[in-house]
Amino acid sequence: MKILVCITHVPDTTSKINFTDNNTKFDTTGVQFIIGPYDDYALARAIELKDAIAGTTVTVLNVGPADTEPTLRKGLAIGADDAIRVNAEPTDSFFVASQIAAIAKETPYDLILMGRESIDYNSGVVHGIVAELLGIPSISPVMKLDLDGTKAKLAREIEGGKEYLEVSLPFVAGCQEPIAEWKIPNMRGIMSARTKPLKVVEPKAVDSGVKLQKFELPPPKGSVKMIPADNVPELVNLLKNEAKVL
Amino acid sequence: MAILVFVESAEGKIKKTSIEAVAYAHALGGPVTAIALGAVEKAELEALGKYGAQKVLHVADERLSQGIIQAYATVLEKALQDESADLLVLANSSLGTPVAARVATKIGASLASNVVELPKTDGGFVVKRSIYTGKAFAWVELKNQKKVIALRKNAADIKEVGSPAQVTPYSVTLGDADFATKITSSEKATGEVLLPEANIVVSGGRGMKGPEHWGILEELAKTLHAATGCSKPVSDMGWRPHHEHVGQTGVKVAPQLYIAVGISGAIQHLAGVNSSKYIVVINKDPEAPFFKAADYGIVGDAFEIIPKLTEAIKAAK
Ligand SMILES: Cc1cc2nc3c(=O)[nH]c(=O)nc-3n(C[C@H](O)[C@H](O)[C@H](O)COP(=O)(O)OP(=O)(O)OC[C@H]3O[C@@H](n4cnc5c(N)ncnc54)[C@H](O)[C@@H]3O)c2cc1C
Repeated sequence: MKILVCITHVPDTTSKINFTDNNTKFDTTGVQFIIGPYDDYALARAIELKDAIAGTTVTVLNVGPADTEPTLRKGLAIGADDAIRVNAEPTDSFFVASQIAAIAKETPYDLILMGRESIDYNSGVVHGIVAELLGIPSISPVMKLDLDGTKAKLAREIEGGKEYLEVSLPFVAGCQEPIAEWKIPNMRGIMSARTKPLKVVEPKAVDSGVKLQKFELPPPKGSVKMIPADNVPELVNLLKNEAKVL
Repeated sequence: MAILVFVESAEGKIKKTSIEAVAYAHALGGPVTAIALGAVEKAELEALGKYGAQKVLHVADERLSQGIIQAYATVLEKALQDESADLLVLANSSLGTPVAARVATKIGASLASNVVELPKTDGGFVVKRSIYTGKAFAWVELKNQKKVIALRKNAADIKEVGSPAQVTPYSVTLGDADFATKITSSEKATGEVLLPEANIVVSGGRGMKGPEHWGILEELAKTLHAATGCSKPVSDMGWRPHHEHVGQTGVKVAPQLYIAVGISGAIQHLAGVNSSKYIVVINKDPEAPFFKAADYGIVGDAFEIIPKLTEAIKAAK
């Protein structure tokens, strides 16, 4: 079985977000980049399936410029067999999804996994677009995925609950916890990742119909009003008469 | 510009975020057609007229009482065509967002999800999206004639602007491919206030010390007609169900009031709550980082403060 895992290269979850160039560019100063946390769950599940099902290979894919390669190498260190980088800025969801679909059209995969959303653009639509472009089902956000031959059983999170589904391969899944535990690469993985194949392909031209104009930061939060622990009714008074939320 | 609004329902009732989507479409000028799929109460459908829908289409197909993403996308593609609508508006949700992705791809539309307010339409159609998990916004121009936008909670104010609408039955021929995914069962919290829709959220962290202590938070939530939430370690340890986990890797909430109890305020937790209008933090540690993101705070032991707070709210009613 061939599994494709699409990973994003995103700022660490503790990053302070700032912009430069008149609020048109993300400021990378001092920012550490990681595999998107949701993508990391997808990758962890793919490696578990590879370990469980003989003859399974896992390919990690990222659409991004050359400086995302350490993130792909980390995916290889975690256990993927090979990597593909589509050499382009991931400008928007449709662009990225079109690149993924183009790769998957050339080499069919039985299963395409990715995070439910990236933590930079938070679109949550790439899996759906890829699946529509390939004409196969898409399911997200997936919190459990088991395979039995070509049949899959999944659990999907819905507002206030869960839904259990069945679908046949091939399909696309947007993943989240607790589908698997995040994996930390070990020394052997890190060493072998250096020599695993990483293929760079050029993007195909896509007009996605969206254009970023500018970024904006939310206004800074005012200071907190502290209420003494022995005067709890004062909090209720403030919520009622000052904030007017009760 | 003719607008189609996809409205979601739960247990026969239209969701509040979908009514916001109708209000949003109305504010854009319309004409607005709303479409609902599966089992929905007739009075609920008619009421959409009050919020700005001129026309309400209802696909009563039983199979669509389950949210099958591909089938929904096929229905919406056809309805957009039949209504000559260039814009589809829906709510960002576990169903709405994936459906938006497929429909936009089918019709070649410019797509934006996580949209937080009405667009700027002087010179193009420019929407404001929430990005970096609530830490920033992006203004994005949607250039294509056709557009699909998925709205975050509170993107529009619900107002009564009209009278109940006529409900028109609508149907679309669906094939096997539309039902390639089968929903075999579901588990759903019923009768409770759902976290993503709640106006008030009472959330507990590791400081609550164990699942057996959640009673006081549930009591507070009940008094406030609030939903309950939690931090990630709390759901990881199985103290609370996963769908209550708030934050960067969980549910992003945008209530009027978020009450955090025994949660330290790690940046990943804050990412899920920073769109809240007011934040109250109750923590025994005066140095807890959450106080920096709060509007009101009490330094104290949750086990003493929470019962007093519940009492004080009851007394103030
Ligand atoms: C990639 C990534 C993603 C993450 N995503 C999320 C996420 O989505 N959501 C999330 O919540 N976390 C997330 N985390 C985890 C996050 O970093 C924190 O570890 C977590 O939020 C801490 O949870 P907590 O505040 O409940 O626990 P703690 O940090 O242990 O805080 C407990 C708090 O309770 C207080 N306390 C203790 N006893 C009492 C008492 N009797 N009365 C009052 N207060 C008391 C303490 O002073 C302390 O401040 C993520 C982490 C990573 C690395």
